[in-house]
Amino acid sequence: MEINQTRRQIAGMRQSLFDQGLVDEQFVQLEELQDDANPNFVEEVATLYYRDSSRLIQNLDQALEKSPLDFNKLDNYMHQLKGSSSSIGAKKVKAECTHFKEYCRTANREGCMRSFQQLKKEYVLLKKKLEAYFQMARQAGPSNAACRPK
Amino acid sequence: MAPQQQFHVLAVDDSIIDRKLIERLLKTSSYQVTVVDSGSKALEFLGLNEDEQMDQDVSSVLPSDHQQDLEVNLIITDYWMPGMTGYELLRKIKQSKSLKDIPVVIMSSENVPSRINRCLKEGAEEFFLKPVQMSDVNKLKPHLLRGRAMEDEPIINKIEATLEVI
Repeated sequence: MEINQTRRQIAGMRQSLFDQGLVDEQFVQLEELQDDANPNFVEEVATLYYRDSSRLIQNLDQALEKSPLDFNKLDNYMHQLKGSSSSIGAKKVKAECTHFKEYCRTANREGCMRSFQQLKKEYVLLKKKLEAYFQMARQAGPSNAACRPK
Repeated sequence: MAPQQQFHVLAVDDSIIDRKLIERLLKTSSYQVTVVDSGSKALEFLGLNEDEQMDQDVSSVLPSDHQQDLEVNLIITDYWMPGMTGYELLRKIKQSKSLKDIPVVIMSSENVPSRINRCLKEGAEEFFLKPVQMSDVNKLKPHLLRGRAMEDEPIINKIEATLEVI
């Protein structure tokens, strides 16, 4: 049956998020907060995250163009980004935030630049995968909203 | 007998994602929730003008039937916020005659023992490491129940006093 194939696909996509280290246990916590009354909670949080963090990424981009770098300011932005990445379970993005903060602490401009490039890569990759996952889940209908398999 | 009112929790966090998360966690636990994005908005909601040393007389600010709706049974706040930190908010609440008995819980993304100790010393009931999870929110119940028991105490004392007369 078509619906079973879709369900298998969804489960597969979900599993690869974990297998590829893109998301961690916090993502599961979010899934567990989904129920019939809040069937799209994870997607809602993810949407909020991407909207909010794109602002931070923009701020970081601009701040990294300045000379000399204001490491305090950069650290502040990154602290916010790390926090929200952690709240959504974005494992790789969060790890890269930690690296960046360490480079701020040691006032390492090169390190910050490199780290930020890597961070943006991870950020975009996760966004694409999540979007595809949520879209697939929605296609399967409301009763199959992205959630932890029982 | 009228059903006991739901517990009302005031959550304070400057992060929009964390506000959504804490709101969902609290609502899942069947708490009534108000969420604000800063310490000053929290104080405003609580009826305390942050510039004043003495409390405003709340009844002069709000009609009396609103007070019941606004009663807050617990405050959960992020530590690191621009403007007023969660620690500063905690201090103001503990210094306030009308608010000092409301249990306060601090949340933080950083595990800094000196920070945790300072908050607990200042009167915070719990310190949660972010991201906050259901298992953390489950720890709130005893603090809420204790608060309600303390509220009921004067009534119980009255009842006991009448019993002695009989």
